[in-house]
Amino acid sequence: MNDMSRVERDVDTKDIKLECRDCQVYYGDTHAIKDVNVDIEDKTVTAFIGPSGCGKSTFLRCLNRMNDTIDVARVHGSFKLDGEDIYDKRVDPVQLRAKVGMVFQKPNPFPKSIYDNVAYGPRIHGLAKNKAELDEIVEKSLRRGAIWDEVKDRLDAPGTGLSGGQQQRLCIARAVATEPEVLLMDEPCSALDPIATAQVEELIDDLRSRYSVVIVTHSMQQAARVSQKTAFFHLGNLVEFGETGQIFTNPEDPRTESYITGRIG
Amino acid sequence: MPILWLFLIVLAIAAVGYVLGRSRALQSAGGDSRHLHSLPSFYGANVALKTLVPAFGLLIVWLLVQPLYVNSQVSGMIPESAIKEGSSLSLVMAEVRRTAHGMDNAVAQGQLTEELARNARADITDMTQRLKDAGQVVTSDITQPVLRAAQSYRITNATGYAIMSIAVILVAFAGAAFSWWQTHSEYRARNVVEQGVRVLLLGAASIAILTTVGIVLSLVFNTWEFFKLYPASDFFFGTTWAPSFSGRGGSSALGIIPLLWGTFYISLVALLVAVPIGLFAAIYLSEYASPRVRSFAKPLLEVLAGIPTIVYGLFALLTVGPLLLGIFGDDGLGWMKAGTAVMTAGLVMGIMLIPFVSSLSDDIINAVPQAMRDGSYGLGATQSETIRQVVLPAALPGIVGAVLLAASRAIGETMIVVLGAGAAARLSLNPFEAMTTVTAKIVSQLTGDADFASPEALVAFALGMTLFILTLGLNVFALYIVRKYREQYE
Repeated sequence: MNDMSRVERDVDTKDIKLECRDCQVYYGDTHAIKDVNVDIEDKTVTAFIGPSGCGKSTFLRCLNRMNDTIDVARVHGSFKLDGEDIYDKRVDPVQLRAKVGMVFQKPNPFPKSIYDNVAYGPRIHGLAKNKAELDEIVEKSLRRGAIWDEVKDRLDAPGTGLSGGQQQRLCIARAVATEPEVLLMDEPCSALDPIATAQVEELIDDLRSRYSVVIVTHSMQQAARVSQKTAFFHLGNLVEFGETGQIFTNPEDPRTESYITGRIG
Repeated sequence: MPILWLFLIVLAIAAVGYVLGRSRALQSAGGDSRHLHSLPSFYGANVALKTLVPAFGLLIVWLLVQPLYVNSQVSGMIPESAIKEGSSLSLVMAEVRRTAHGMDNAVAQGQLTEELARNARADITDMTQRLKDAGQVVTSDITQPVLRAAQSYRITNATGYAIMSIAVILVAFAGAAFSWWQTHSEYRARNVVEQGVRVLLLGAASIAILTTVGIVLSLVFNTWEFFKLYPASDFFFGTTWAPSFSGRGGSSALGIIPLLWGTFYISLVALLVAVPIGLFAAIYLSEYASPRVRSFAKPLLEVLAGIPTIVYGLFALLTVGPLLLGIFGDDGLGWMKAGTAVMTAGLVMGIMLIPFVSSLSDDIINAVPQAMRDGSYGLGATQSETIRQVVLPAALPGIVGAVLLAASRAIGETMIVVLGAGAAARLSLNPFEAMTTVTAKIVSQLTGDADFASPEALVAFALGMTLFILTLGLNVFALYIVRKYREQYE
């Protein structure tokens, strides 16, 4: 991160997309997330870093209510997407997940064709009026997933037949196809080789122009490369949250410094 | 000496050998088991194994070979003239064996002394009378050659068994002594014992496989006999099933098509019942049911699989049949004449198959990775959309495999058909008429006074063979599909 870009970034102030206050998560008796306050800005990549088991993935899954599918998990606190509480009774978690898309650690294409994988979300939500529109959405999404050129001649081939990096980009394209406002990524590169990782990172940087992206990562280099804001989690607490350059060059908390210099983790 | 005694003696030798081998090993190591290559018990087991395996091996082989040898020895004694018109050597031999066993039993009862039984000049009428007094089954007066042969049969057998007992005990001693002599602290008893155990396991596996081969061979030979008596084309393409009950009539029509049609029709009804219900039950259990409900509902559903099929048959005969007759019979819609029908058997068989379909499908649906479901939920799909569009397509090949396995069960099912579907072999489209299946006809052709040389009885083997090939094909196909599916997610 060079200082020039940081100065540039400081200038344009962003709207807050997702505001999280006093968040607590319990897994049965375990208190997994304690008093976390984070503001996710619009059109920004926010990285969550921290050692394994620190709660960063758990917190990410609160943001689109994926923890609802786990019986023992309980979530408290306020999560406001554009000022509206996503845990309000009137909010349908299914509708919410269309707005807050998610990409998982392991590429998980459905055992369907590439086309059907991408068309899955739009079909469920009725985003296309006819076949031509659906074709258009699929093409646009695959282009945004930076995979169109590789698969345009074999849209009928099964998505599971692609390489790992291609599968992950297909999953990103699939998430993008429902026109989400926030895109959550849970260690999207941990199952990929360095070349595929580089492609996905490049893609994340492109996605920043339209979406707010939240990425959980184990790799501090990756967080430094792709994000503008970084949150450091440790043992369920949010230790430090701020500009990525700030966190990596001049952390305030000694625990953050220990982690990024490799003394704890 | 009875074989049980022989068995116990060999076991005793092995037990003594175990103790001796163990102590000799310890002795050779100076009483310290740490100086031994293996644990002391392995040295004992080595001696015991080398006592038991050759001795029992010899015993089994001897028991298999001796009857063949004695038969061939004794049948040489029977002159051509002793074989009556229309009879055969094997029938005379059967009488010889019967007489010999009768004499054994008579001696045991005290009706006959051992000397008389062995006396080569014993009177035939007197012997017949004594055997009859002893309550032994002797059809007619024993002829001179038969009596001589029976006496010789007894003597040869007795000598054979005596020699066998001695040989088996000697082999057991030799094995024990040899392995005891082998035992010293450097001997790798553990490796030898583990090798031996591996061979025993292999033996168990091959017995199962060889039995299958034996079953197939017995079917093949009898089927071959049948096709010598009855043209294959009439069997495979004949549309009437009408065996003549008088026996050697030669006027029987033995076409398999009505039976295959009945089998197919009943199985189809059964699958139409079992597949939707079983599949829906599996979806509920694996996707919607809470762990608590699942933990008692699944075993409860699987109890259905444990009910003997004859009980299902009774259920069909006494409950389902009359119930259907009440609705579709003359009092109701008038389509049904009697309680036994394709519909009755099919419905009950379908109920029987529900746990097969549901249990297998449940396992397969659970094997679909959670990542698939998460991916779908993450795109804003509801649970039912996820199941319909992601989970079921992913599980489909496995579910097809489960259905095919259920189908091969349905094709092989007998008791429900015997009791529920009636016995009429008929080519008809009306599911409320009585029909019958291949399996039910196998039963009816072989029960009662079957003459195993007539096509009416031998046809059962041809039917069995056809059924075997059909279900084997279905099973292989189902396993192929299930396996192909498994590779996809592991």
